[in-house]
Amino acid sequence: MQAIEDIKPSYPLFRNDEYKEMLKTKQDSFEERTEQGKIDETFTWSTTLEYQELNFKREALTVNPAKACQPLGAVLCALGFEKTLPYVHGSQGCVAYFRTYFNRHFKEPVACVSDSMTEDAAVFGGQKNMFDGLENAKALYKPDMIAVSTTCMAEVIGDDLNAFIGNSRNEGHIPRDYPVPFAHTPSFVGSHVTGWDNMLEGIIRYFTLNHMAGKEVGSNGKINIVPGFETYLGNFRVIHRMLDEMGVAHTMLSDPTEVLDTPADGTFRMYSGGTTQDEVKDAPNAINTFLLQPMQLEKTKKFVENTWTHEVPKIDIPMGLEWTDEWLMKVAEVTGKPIPESLVKERGRLVDMMTDSHTWLHGKRFALYGDPDFTMGMVKFLMELGAEPVHVVCNNGSKKWNKAMQKLLESSPYGVNCKAYPGADLWHLRSLVFTDKPDFIIGNSYGKFIQRDTLHKGKEFEVPLIRLGFPIFDRHHLHRMTTLGYEGAMYMLTTLVNAVLERLDEETRGMGTTDYNYDLIR
Amino acid sequence: MARLRQCAIYGKGGIGKSTTTQNLVAGLAEAGKKVMIVGCDPKADSTRLILHAKAQNSIMEMAANAGSVEDLELEDVMKVGYRDIKCVESGGPEPGVGCAGRGVITAINFLEEEGAYEEDLDFVFYDVLGDVVCGGFAMPIRENKAQEIYIVCSGEMMAMYAANNIAKGIVKYASSGSVRLAGLICNSRNTAREDELIMELARQLGTTMIHFVPRDNVVQRAEIRRMTVIEYEPAAKQAQEYRDLARKIVENKNFVIPTPITMDELEALLMDFGVMEEEDESIVGKTAAEEAVAAA
Repeated sequence: MQAIEDIKPSYPLFRNDEYKEMLKTKQDSFEERTEQGKIDETFTWSTTLEYQELNFKREALTVNPAKACQPLGAVLCALGFEKTLPYVHGSQGCVAYFRTYFNRHFKEPVACVSDSMTEDAAVFGGQKNMFDGLENAKALYKPDMIAVSTTCMAEVIGDDLNAFIGNSRNEGHIPRDYPVPFAHTPSFVGSHVTGWDNMLEGIIRYFTLNHMAGKEVGSNGKINIVPGFETYLGNFRVIHRMLDEMGVAHTMLSDPTEVLDTPADGTFRMYSGGTTQDEVKDAPNAINTFLLQPMQLEKTKKFVENTWTHEVPKIDIPMGLEWTDEWLMKVAEVTGKPIPESLVKERGRLVDMMTDSHTWLHGKRFALYGDPDFTMGMVKFLMELGAEPVHVVCNNGSKKWNKAMQKLLESSPYGVNCKAYPGADLWHLRSLVFTDKPDFIIGNSYGKFIQRDTLHKGKEFEVPLIRLGFPIFDRHHLHRMTTLGYEGAMYMLTTLVNAVLERLDEETRGMGTTDYNYDLIR
Repeated sequence: MARLRQCAIYGKGGIGKSTTTQNLVAGLAEAGKKVMIVGCDPKADSTRLILHAKAQNSIMEMAANAGSVEDLELEDVMKVGYRDIKCVESGGPEPGVGCAGRGVITAINFLEEEGAYEEDLDFVFYDVLGDVVCGGFAMPIRENKAQEIYIVCSGEMMAMYAANNIAKGIVKYASSGSVRLAGLICNSRNTAREDELIMELARQLGTTMIHFVPRDNVVQRAEIRRMTVIEYEPAAKQAQEYRDLARKIVENKNFVIPTPITMDELEALLMDFGVMEEEDESIVGKTAAEEAVAAA
């Protein structure tokens, strides 16, 4: 039992004999548990090639998806605008989920409201909820803008946001000129990255579509940066820093770094920082618009090209060495500002680090999963390091992603043994790492269960997880790190090489057996 | 290129929306207009006369086979029929399952994303299932989509009742957007003084009867051959009726926010025209046996 002077958490408490016995009794008496032999046999079967083939024949079932739903992305996008309240038209539980998801990742409170649609709203439509919701949210939380997205319930019954918001204005629930941009974000289409794209398009559409008179491309001398669904706060900061060092004035279209990283100084900040409405209105005047995650910003791209008439550069996510080079060179070309010495030096440092570590990373095999652009950038960087990607899973990857990934893998000898799996989930990946074992998995926190399963088969089958991606719930502060630019490459390189060395230490710690290679210097 | 006009056809189930739409679209195509028909009905029978097909493969059906809508290409779902009329069916689930309204939303979103509306088009016609039962079936009249609505009706009570109900729906959308009622199309059932009756209903709704389409068996003869009258027998008198309807729609500028009438007003109208007898309150709830006793 717990002793008051020595309170223990579940682990190690439940390892006491007393609890072990209690759990055993419960299992034996009440759980109707399958006998251990059968469980072990089934587990072993689930690690075989035979099982993998069955697993990949799955059609109507996703097990452990590696993606979230559209409104989650819409909420993150909305958080990046000044004094903006994300508002989800739909049921309450969905919004509770978005908030906890971000709470757990960012370790920050996240302001987001729903208009709490219930069964009667599903029958009669959610217009009344929207009337009350907009009025109350504005009165209670005093935002300067409410950005509306939808849950699947509102989408299935076909609620028309444009009409509802228009009617809210006509009936005086919100002032006529009060900004309420919106996006339809059905959860059953696309993923969180689609929702981010839709919401941004909704916001720039609201502020610019009917206000293009007098707008002139290039007249404000700035460039626009569209981050896409981005959860590494360091990535916003590094892009700002690199552009500042170049002397390039810019507008980040959605920048939630302040509100997702508020200080503990006794003041609660419901809103903090973010892109201003004036900046959005001025965005069409920029020289050009850069999409940092081009694979997932198709709707935004279309709007920027058609309405703002920007010729959006076709470049990849600025991740790793070469793609950061290309990005900076494109910025220099578009703005006419040269790349400064400071960034040249930073690049040199990265190259130095890469050469310092390459002997440890060369030929190491990595499985990875994540969002479309992240997996592209990660594969590119791994190959630059001489590491070998082997399985790339992109649950929300399209045919287009698959094509681009194939092309990328063919561009380097390190990519020839790698296979890309668009639409696959983490249960597919689990099979893959059993039948064709990589040295590591790169991905979000959910990968830890694959690591557990592989270890269960035996130490020699264990595939350790390296946490890069979203969400990361079980390690602290990694969301503040950076994965873009040279700085991001340095962080990723450090993470990767130290995971390799950590693993090596773990394997060579055996006194008198393997410790001949348990070296002080690596 | 002239501005694209998007029109939605509503009306009571079985009134002849699909037949009327396809015939009038054939008339438009004959006059050189470039037209697309978007069928918004799980039955997927809005394009068969243009394509000479039983039923076109619908977007939802193909999406279900392919796994998701994202796996489809525009050319998979868009078929070209008589005089280059482009045809799309949204489709939907079998009766009793799923959500047909969502099918309409998904299909129209798909068409937008794939740039179906960016092609060289003069008209898009949405042929929408009889009763606008949920938000999905109102999708064609949302902002930036159909701005003109035509209601097909006849001189029968339920058809007029449905027309009035649809007008109520339009008011809801018209107040926040630019969708307007563009007229009633009377698809004749040969009831007495039908034309006058529908003209009067149109007047009360604040619109006009844009055309009176008489009843003619040639329509059925053409349908058996899965053809429009205009294609099957161009010289038929009925073909000319559809050409007139098409021309009137091209020339139509009378777009209004309708003024739906109350049930009492509608009943009064029907009684004026003798479609409905004046109610005799004394017989309400009386069985035949009771009446026999009373009469004895």
